[in-house]
Amino acid sequence: MDGTVTAALQARELVKRYGEREALRGVSFEALAGELVAVTGPNGAGKTTLLSILAGILKPDGGEVVVAAGEVGWVPQQAALYRRLTVEENLLLFARLEGHGDPRASTEEMLELSGLRERRGEIVARLSGGNQQRINIAIGLLSRPRVLLLDEPSVGLDPRQRARLWKFVSGLAERGTTVIFSTHDIQEAERYGGRLLVLADGESLFDGSPAELREAVRREAPEAADRDFETAFVSFLHHRGH
Amino acid sequence: MRWLLLKDLQILRRSPLQAVLLVAYPILIAVLVGFAVSRGPEKPRVAFLNEVPADSRVSVGGQQLPAAGVSSRICSRVECVDVKNRDEALEKVESGDVLGALVLPADLVTKINSLSTLAPGTPKVEVLVNEEDPVKASLVDERISTLLAQANLAIARRIAAEGGHYLNLLIDGGELPVLGQSIHILGLRATAQILTALEPALPAGPLRTSLQQVTNFAGEARDNLNIAGPLIERLAQPIQVDKVAVGGSSPPLEIFAIAVAATLTLAFVTVLLVAGSLALEREENAFPRLTRGLISREALLAEKVLLGVGVGLIVTLLMLAGLEIFVPLEWSRIGLWLLAILAGGAALAAAGAALGAAAREVRAVSLLAFMVTLPVAFLSLVPSGAVGSGIFDVIGVVTAVFPFKPALQAMTAALDSAGPGIGGPLLHLAILMVAYGLLARLALRRFAAV
Repeated sequence: MDGTVTAALQARELVKRYGEREALRGVSFEALAGELVAVTGPNGAGKTTLLSILAGILKPDGGEVVVAAGEVGWVPQQAALYRRLTVEENLLLFARLEGHGDPRASTEEMLELSGLRERRGEIVARLSGGNQQRINIAIGLLSRPRVLLLDEPSVGLDPRQRARLWKFVSGLAERGTTVIFSTHDIQEAERYGGRLLVLADGESLFDGSPAELREAVRREAPEAADRDFETAFVSFLHHRGH
Repeated sequence: MRWLLLKDLQILRRSPLQAVLLVAYPILIAVLVGFAVSRGPEKPRVAFLNEVPADSRVSVGGQQLPAAGVSSRICSRVECVDVKNRDEALEKVESGDVLGALVLPADLVTKINSLSTLAPGTPKVEVLVNEEDPVKASLVDERISTLLAQANLAIARRIAAEGGHYLNLLIDGGELPVLGQSIHILGLRATAQILTALEPALPAGPLRTSLQQVTNFAGEARDNLNIAGPLIERLAQPIQVDKVAVGGSSPPLEIFAIAVAATLTLAFVTVLLVAGSLALEREENAFPRLTRGLISREALLAEKVLLGVGVGLIVTLLMLAGLEIFVPLEWSRIGLWLLAILAGGAALAAAGAALGAAAREVRAVSLLAFMVTLPVAFLSLVPSGAVGSGIFDVIGVVTAVFPFKPALQAMTAALDSAGPGIGGPLLHLAILMVAYGLLARLALRRFAAV
């Protein structure tokens, strides 16, 4: 472990190529303990590739990822669950695979945390997308990670389910878990991200708070500054050549 | 690994259609094969008109056979439908009620009996065949031709024996019954002896020379007719079959049928289950989560193979137990059965894993598994000589690279106490298991693609 690292997670000059195409071009950023970092950008920006590298699923062609301590939890975009098992059976299976000393206790803890205790015996396939996503995240939390990576966690959820999901995720961050999530919805990124990392065509265009992004948008695309934030953000990307 | 195995069994239990198929399939196969091997082939329906008088007796070579015996012999080979006359027989053949008709004319026995007389006739029977269904028509033709060939052979033997009897009478002399009376035949041997004895009594001269010529002829005729005797016997069946089994012993047909059914069941259950189960890990998006430190790819493959072998073993044993109702099996050989099922199941499961890893989607995997397993199973049953040698070589290569044929060979060896050894097929299966395991591991790289 690098003794100089103070952040919970650091990405240094990450590069990833798929054949001729560069999916990531030297992306660097860091996330502190308890921070909620939103990785945003248009489709094909490299968000999923970045999170996959941070999760250790993909190997970068250049650069490195440094984790301060503890596990990195990963929650894929589509729920990685066994739809024919119950909520409890899914949690118990992954707790056992994680090698927990008392998998039943861990399962109870996650049922409590996800608010699905009452629905523990239900087959996952019969649950709503929002509830499936909550179990998906709960499984990602079973390893008690210091850093949790969420890939497009709110895709396919209705507004009510989104609100419940973000309340749950914000609660995790308040308890000290570093949460890095990807989203192509800039308004969601602005609302829930404590810090934003804007990617476009594999390039890091911005790294800062939502307020700083608003300021940058106003500065670089003044003609769109008075319009809604999403329109202004698109103008900002356009000004940056994307 | 055991938790994943438990999970797969839970999922299997929650899929009623899959579970029912896994239980129903072997039972269905067992029942079908059981009926097939415990019942003889269905007899073709043939109209039978016997116009031969009931009190007629076939008399050949001094032996008499009741004519009714011919009818019962014919009707044991085909399902006889008695008809009153030839027109009725023709009508039944034309209408398709029967596949053919056999007409024994009234003078058949008389003509058969005439074969051993000085004025032999030509016995004939009439066969009417409905050619609408070429397969069934060929079956009727074959059955009736076989029966007639057997009848001809039996008669020819009797005639040959009778001919030999007359020949001996000519050579050695004896009594010949004619019209209820007995005539004494001197025979060539006695004739030559008498003439030789007469010779000294004659003075030297042309008469004595002529007598010597007659004596010599009698001796030569006797010697040559002695040689003709065995030749006449051989005329009845000039070619004899000397069967020599080469290329290993073949198992009894019912054992082979059971081995085919068991291997087919094992193949479908293991290949489909393992391939589907592996593809399901990807469809459920669980694969990246599992292989991100929870379990290695090799362990995941091993778990799937174990699942396939375990379920395949249970289902195949169930099927064999079901077949026991129809055909007695040697349960004392269960150790070898288990060995064959485990080795065959492991190689087939490894092939299933390779298919599952390559196809990735459950529906595509199911289709691929059927498309590979079914043709290979059929090709494995093609006997040598049924196709050209070049095609058979190609079939040999194709069936050697998929585990069905060695699994079938191992199963046959395990079921048949007098069959070939099981070592070769087991070694073949072990090699295929390793090869398909490596292929599956390579194909799993595509699973990691996000």
